[in-house]
Amino acid sequence: MTVIEAKGLRKAFGSNIALDGIDLRVEEGRILGLIGPNGAGKSTALNAILGLIPYQGELRVLGRDPWAERDQLLRDVCFISDVAILPRWLRVSQAIDYVAGVHPRFDRGKAETFLAKTSILRTSKVRQLSKGMVTQLHLALVMAIDAKLLVLDEPTLGLDILYRKQFYDSLLNDYFDRTRTIVVTTHQVEDVEHVLTDLMFIHRGRIVLSSSMEEFESRYLELTALPAQLPAARALKPMHERQVLGRSILLFSNIPREKLAALGDLRTPSIADVFVAVIGSSAPGSQGARL
Amino acid sequence: MNPPSSNVPELYERDTAPFKLLPTRPFYWSVRRELLEHRSIYVAPLAFAGVILLGFTFVLARLAHTMQTISSLDPAHQREALAQPYDVSAGLIMGAAFIVSIFYSIDALYGERRDRSILFWKSMPVSDLTTVLAKVSIPLLVLPILAFAITVTTQAIMLVLSSMVLLAHGLSVAALWTQLHLPLVLLMLLYHLVTAHMLWYAPFYAWLLLVSAWARRAPFLWAVLPPLAIGIFESIAFHSSNFVSLLDDRFSGGSDAISSMMGNFPFHPGMRLDPVAFLAAPGLWIGLIFAALFLAAAVRLRHYREPS
Repeated sequence: MTVIEAKGLRKAFGSNIALDGIDLRVEEGRILGLIGPNGAGKSTALNAILGLIPYQGELRVLGRDPWAERDQLLRDVCFISDVAILPRWLRVSQAIDYVAGVHPRFDRGKAETFLAKTSILRTSKVRQLSKGMVTQLHLALVMAIDAKLLVLDEPTLGLDILYRKQFYDSLLNDYFDRTRTIVVTTHQVEDVEHVLTDLMFIHRGRIVLSSSMEEFESRYLELTALPAQLPAARALKPMHERQVLGRSILLFSNIPREKLAALGDLRTPSIADVFVAVIGSSAPGSQGARL
Repeated sequence: MNPPSSNVPELYERDTAPFKLLPTRPFYWSVRRELLEHRSIYVAPLAFAGVILLGFTFVLARLAHTMQTISSLDPAHQREALAQPYDVSAGLIMGAAFIVSIFYSIDALYGERRDRSILFWKSMPVSDLTTVLAKVSIPLLVLPILAFAITVTTQAIMLVLSSMVLLAHGLSVAALWTQLHLPLVLLMLLYHLVTAHMLWYAPFYAWLLLVSAWARRAPFLWAVLPPLAIGIFESIAFHSSNFVSLLDDRFSGGSDAISSMMGNFPFHPGMRLDPVAFLAAPGLWIGLIFAALFLAAAVRLRHYREPS
């Protein structure tokens, strides 16, 4: 089943084009990472998917038009966003009561079980919790909803590494079950590297790379070239080259491992390495494309 | 026979899981959310009731004396002397509810944007229409009903305390119970709350909600200044004050005719109310149409406003 399908999705804020006609297709049971620099259009894409902003082009989420059918859609879609702040006056117990009250697919027992694993008190107000605990609470509420699609927009921004690790661990262990679908954007690519099944780079409102993680891992290779072999390596047209401690590190796309093995040390590049290469090449002069 | 594949039953179950919620549940919980967020909705009228009861102890202290001095008066004057604290209590509690209504309405759709919790509320399957209707129900339904219930309770306590004091002095409670006409006066209060606070003031609250959905900052100024500017413009440009008197009519219950149809405060048993004429007044319906338009615009704004 196709969970998200977009054709020519476009969104402009005044003269600023946030989404420049993107095509997107996410199947059930995938965990898609949407990676891009600040202002690339990630949040705009997610907001369109969630029916929070109007857009041009075609977009279907679980077969529905998100802008016109937001409240029906949100029975099956959950989202956590860095900016979707839990109201500070809300007590933990009231938050559970409220979601149980309005959400037909909320399982109170599940939420209680998740919360029991944390140090969050039922009587605390959100204002009394640390940022990490607020995210845990939000995650507990959302994971207790039997949704088909979970959208996470920078869910772990500003959290320390322990909370971030816990966040993705619970997501994988307690929530994801291969019939659900997750779309996540984050700057902390290394956190989600081993979580994703699919990957998409978005830059200046366009999708510049889209691949499954298996494809990604078999397609890209990073070579730390032996100095003598450098000309031979360069002849194979690396997509990117950088200098680290006086040695040349070259990134190759679609070159068989056997061809490269003799030229130096090979390793599978991280998402961040490929991201810098792809975004860097599409934006001349902007060498320091930040993740 | 079809051997089920591993994930089919689960999918099947999920797709056909019945919605165990009634359609009114999101509305009910949206109203409860407002009561949790804005505790002043019930705290303020209750606090006023507490202050009134405290003040009433001074009335109680000299009640026996008062009863003896007024026994020679005619019934109408007797009632006047006895009813004053009851009228004051009704007026103060209603006034508290009215003030809370104004402050609540101006913050209702602004506060959730200011503290950026709106995206959390919007992540729940509750439509913008349900949210706005739940919010407008606070000044239109919850606060008038609450004001009425608190007034009834307060006045019942006052009556019981008065009776106990009189009986302790060996005096009769008959005059107190018959002259006050409490059930009738309370019924008039209820009528006044429905006609004036729910129906006649509806466009006020709807306007405040619209501004609170629209203003990027300082919603109170935006609610007050544009009408003021129109009034000033009119008086300078045309030397007239139609707009100001229009607002004044709306606020004070309008012409004497309209306000007497809704009941003038304080109420007395002989007051004539005219619900039929009130319902037939075009001003009422024009106001309600404006209220509906303002609310529709507020719903649209909440839907269209992009998350910042």
